[in-house]
Amino acid sequence: MTSSVLPLADKSESDAPESPVVTHIKDYVARLRGGDTGAMPAVLGLVVLCTVFAIMRPRFLSAGNFANLFTQGAAVTVIAMGLIFVLVLGEIDLSAGFASGVCAAVLAVLLTEHGWPWYAGVLAALVVGAVIGLVLGVLVAKVGIPSFVVTLGAFLAFQGVSLLLVKGGTNVPVRDSTILAISNRNLAPIVGWLLAAATVGGYAALQLRRNRSRMRRGLSAEPIAITGIRVGTLAILVGLAVYVLNQERSRNVVISSLRGVPIVVPVLVVLLLIGTFVLRRTPYGLSLYAVGGNREAARRAGINVDRVRISAFVICSTMAAIGGIVAASRANSVDSNTGGSNVLLYAVGAAVIGGTSLFGGKGRVLDAVLGGAVVAVIDNGMGLMGYSAGVKYVVTGVVLLLAAGVDALSRRRAEAAGLR
Amino acid sequence: MALSPTPAPPPASDPVLELRGINKSFGAVHVLRDVDLSVYEGQVTALVGDNGAGKSTLVKCIGGIHTADSGEYFFDGAPVTVNSPRDASDLGVEIVYQDLALCDNLDIVQNMFLGRERRRGWVLDEDSMEQIAEETLAGLSVRTVTSIRQRVSSLSGGQRQTVAIAKAVLWNSKVVVLDEPTAALGVSQTAQVLELVRRLADNGLAVVLISHNMNDVFAVADRIAVLYLGRTAAQVSTSEITHSQIVELITSGQTEALGPGAGRNGVNR
Ligand SMILES: Nc1ncnc2c1ncn2[C@@H]1O[C@H](COP(=O)(O)OP(=O)(O)OP(=O)(O)O)[C@@H](O)[C@H]1O
Ligand SMILES: [Mg+2]
Repeated sequence: MTSSVLPLADKSESDAPESPVVTHIKDYVARLRGGDTGAMPAVLGLVVLCTVFAIMRPRFLSAGNFANLFTQGAAVTVIAMGLIFVLVLGEIDLSAGFASGVCAAVLAVLLTEHGWPWYAGVLAALVVGAVIGLVLGVLVAKVGIPSFVVTLGAFLAFQGVSLLLVKGGTNVPVRDSTILAISNRNLAPIVGWLLAAATVGGYAALQLRRNRSRMRRGLSAEPIAITGIRVGTLAILVGLAVYVLNQERSRNVVISSLRGVPIVVPVLVVLLLIGTFVLRRTPYGLSLYAVGGNREAARRAGINVDRVRISAFVICSTMAAIGGIVAASRANSVDSNTGGSNVLLYAVGAAVIGGTSLFGGKGRVLDAVLGGAVVAVIDNGMGLMGYSAGVKYVVTGVVLLLAAGVDALSRRRAEAAGLR
Repeated sequence: MALSPTPAPPPASDPVLELRGINKSFGAVHVLRDVDLSVYEGQVTALVGDNGAGKSTLVKCIGGIHTADSGEYFFDGAPVTVNSPRDASDLGVEIVYQDLALCDNLDIVQNMFLGRERRRGWVLDEDSMEQIAEETLAGLSVRTVTSIRQRVSSLSGGQRQTVAIAKAVLWNSKVVVLDEPTAALGVSQTAQVLELVRRLADNGLAVVLISHNMNDVFAVADRIAVLYLGRTAAQVSTSEITHSQIVELITSGQTEALGPGAGRNGVNR
């Protein structure tokens, strides 16, 4: 190793003694100032929106409505999670909405008209999604058509495929109980609590293990107090959510009981964990950020740029397929408009509102969840207040533009501060 | 200073990297014409030439970014083919490009290990990469960086340059090519980088340094190769040539003392 033969310089003289927590908070504030806003805007927006809606319509805070938020927002959030992979590259997939519609139609047709078992139908939908992504990715990376154009063309084409699959204006019902359970059934309350405990405990264990291993190597570790605050916040949020979701939501308990965490929630959590692991902890994830940050540098580092770009589209469309399955489950049917109208824009909006940059190089799977929550809250809250779909679209569109504006401004700010 | 009429004989050892008769065209533009270059262990070889002479293009051929149209590439005396950046780094040839090629959105550690991450199973071994990166930077006397988990976008020009150099020396490399590493730097940072360049050679690496600053070239280089309009105008030892002769070679491709085509019948045999 060359470094060992070079004279070792004295390490940077340590700063004035300062509590590590204070240093940590200062670092965070400096990052905020520098335009690296992270989850801040989405979380703030969520708090403001929830407060406003809760005051205007107390029913917004009811357990039933809380559960609705998850099932309403789930499909868009899953599609947004997939979009993150493409957005990190600085590309866009405008066809993700209708790709989810096509996959949902494939599922419904196979289950209902051909009597396939649910797992075979789900597998087929996922394969169709992956193939769609492969085609889009090859057109973008190998042929060299801008992703905007490729996916705009696919947007129209998939709408047509959807129409053909469900035969015009009809809709294909979904009756398979497993598929329907995803968006319509709940976990037993005790299972909800166990999963919550496992989530918080697992998070705490991971954080502590990481800190210990860094300390062993003499690397700067996060102060234990900050770790404590993180874990504590997560525990409170998860605990509160599970508590509310475990309340009785049925209007008439005698007829049927309705309580527990909707099954779609653990589905979202698992996708979030896998996505975050891939992006944050694997060499593949790093190569996505590298290609999004500086494609030429990535190429010179020996990264197979074409393969990375194609794979991102495959992941995006496969996630869209999962989103389509969730949507089919929620609607109990698939029609030619599944994945259409506002779905794609809501998904892009969710990603951007969550903090993913449209310029590439920056984004987390968590952004899709936070932004998806904002979109779902706007949609749901304004619905409760009796606004028409027209007003909801306008407001959501404006919020998307607002988020894109914040993205562009924080980028300019980072440039001005020499951070880019 | 007495000038020897012929270029100095090559150093005792054989060149670790040698290019012979490299040609490269971009469409109708013939950028490199029969270029020869020899690079020796423990020496700094300066590669000089006017803007557009083809220095960066030659470097990209060495690094596998471009594939030469014709010509031979020898490494440790054996002919090799270098068609990709991987091929070059597998040989132990590392390039610090003129435009640095760092990812602004990644931090220092991630940039240094980009494309060659340490892993445990499927997972990045972040901690050991951080440790090695820190040791390497300390070894290069880099003290100005507050945190190596800092994004590269937040670094000064000199700091970015140092990260790029550290990235190149991280890999037990044998040849390090630096394309204008001091072009954007102030006086003291230039001195630091030049000192670093000299130290790399003294530690046994073969270093190729591209620079437009003749003072820098004469300060650290053992040998000088001059490109003129895509041709090798000369390859000489620094002690045998003067400042003004080099400038003449750069601007006109020849100098009286050495005669035309010194590179052709000179050092490169
Ligand atoms: N990818 C390319 N396509 C077409 N022409 C190119 C390309 N790269 C370089 N050239 C041309 O090749 C010539 C040599 O360029 P090169 O960058 O190698 O010069 P240089 O010696 O590094 O100059 P400088 O000192 O300004 O960095 C220039 O005329 C340039 O326009
Ligand atoms: Mg150049």
